[in-house]
Amino acid sequence: MLETIPGPAVTRTIDARGSYCPGPLMELIRAIREAQVGDVLAVLSSDSGSKLDIPKWVAKAGHRLVGVTTRDGYDEIVVEKLR
Amino acid sequence: MDHIVILGGGVGGTLTANLLVKRLGERLDDGRTTITVIDATGRHTYQPGFMYIAMGGERASHLSRPEDSLLDPRVHLVVGEVDKVDPVQQTVALKWGETVPYNELVIATGCRIAPETIEHFDTEAHHFYTAEAALDLRHALDRFTGGRIVIGIAGMPYKCPPAPLEVALLIEAELRQRHLRDSAELHFCSPIGRAFTIESVSDMVTPILAEKGIELHTFFNVERIDAERKVVESLEGEELGYDLLILVPPHTGQPFLIASGLAPAPGGWLPTDRQTLQVAGQPHIHALGDATDLPLSKAGSTAHFEAPVVAERVAAAIQGRKPNGKHADYAGKVMCFFEVGDGKGTLLQFDYDHPPRPPRPNRFWHLGKIVFNKTYWHTVPKGRV
Repeated sequence: MLETIPGPAVTRTIDARGSYCPGPLMELIRAIREAQVGDVLAVLSSDSGSKLDIPKWVAKAGHRLVGVTTRDGYDEIVVEKLR
Repeated sequence: MDHIVILGGGVGGTLTANLLVKRLGERLDDGRTTITVIDATGRHTYQPGFMYIAMGGERASHLSRPEDSLLDPRVHLVVGEVDKVDPVQQTVALKWGETVPYNELVIATGCRIAPETIEHFDTEAHHFYTAEAALDLRHALDRFTGGRIVIGIAGMPYKCPPAPLEVALLIEAELRQRHLRDSAELHFCSPIGRAFTIESVSDMVTPILAEKGIELHTFFNVERIDAERKVVESLEGEELGYDLLILVPPHTGQPFLIASGLAPAPGGWLPTDRQTLQVAGQPHIHALGDATDLPLSKAGSTAHFEAPVVAERVAAAIQGRKPNGKHADYAGKVMCFFEVGDGKGTLLQFDYDHPPRPPRPNRFWHLGKIVFNKTYWHTVPKGRV
């Protein structure tokens, strides 16, 4: 059964499954550049390093980590753009 | 008659062409098969040498040769820019209007640098991704008498991943030799959470940066250059003032690949199978080198080890057989040298399943890189190593 991430609705999903570190982070960074403040982005990553790297980047960049959920063979990392 | 067309006369295209001649020589001699290389310039450039122009030990004239001097005489060379590939009609249209048909197509068109995508890059930042830019950087280093040097990466992926770290370490060594080290600050900015993408290499180089007093800034994705204040700003909100700014420019794939519907925008990297090197959904197109989207170094070494696989698979398609032997599939092999300054280097050797375990830097691997660079013309393009 899939868990549901509480919080704001996802504006855009970035499917980076099959991409290797730092690919999913770089995909998120590109999407953040294109997004508006308040947008919520979900990154799907099958690289286990993403659930460590992306939250660290989010903290440094001043955005909000909405949640990290492990799904079937991948992680879903949800980020809100704050600035 | 079967036509094999290879786009790009760099390491990947040239080596693939020459390896195909070895496999299909008889068919070429009796006219059943042709091999054509289409290259935009007609010159083969040894790009890893650019860094050494900036570091003072190399000349641009040593780094370029006519492509036809490296190709087997049985390979046709067409000098011209590609406008579009039509994978349905199996043709390549050139900008001057000629259309070249293919049965099997190999795309080895590398990537392009896009410094214009960052405002003020061209006037404020130095780089070493062309011979001219590397020479400009050399002159800037010659003029440098003290201050803050910022070295960073303004976009991923980029060619020769170790190069910016090598440049930082080589400049640090040079400044010590010129008795300028005490009047200089060195900063290295990495877009990710460590110094280098591969963790084992990052673990090797991070203590060296610390030992040499090069300050490491992680998660520094270049967003803006403020030319008036001489400050480079990151997406993450950090600012670094500079007296000398050295940035790896953003890279993209070739625009005609996007226009042809073969590679997605905006990157333009070809979706490529990890093992077969076939372009997704295109049974008659293979890709190698920097043009692919594979999670590997964009480096001549990658193309060098991919070329035998592409040659085997294309030869098999022409001969109507299944690919076989040790080059039937690509295992992700890459091997490259890594300079750490003071005449020392190390070796990065890895594949999809085995990360590099770089040996402790020593003089042997530095000399290995120098010898490899000097002997390149007689070895790699001709398939001798």
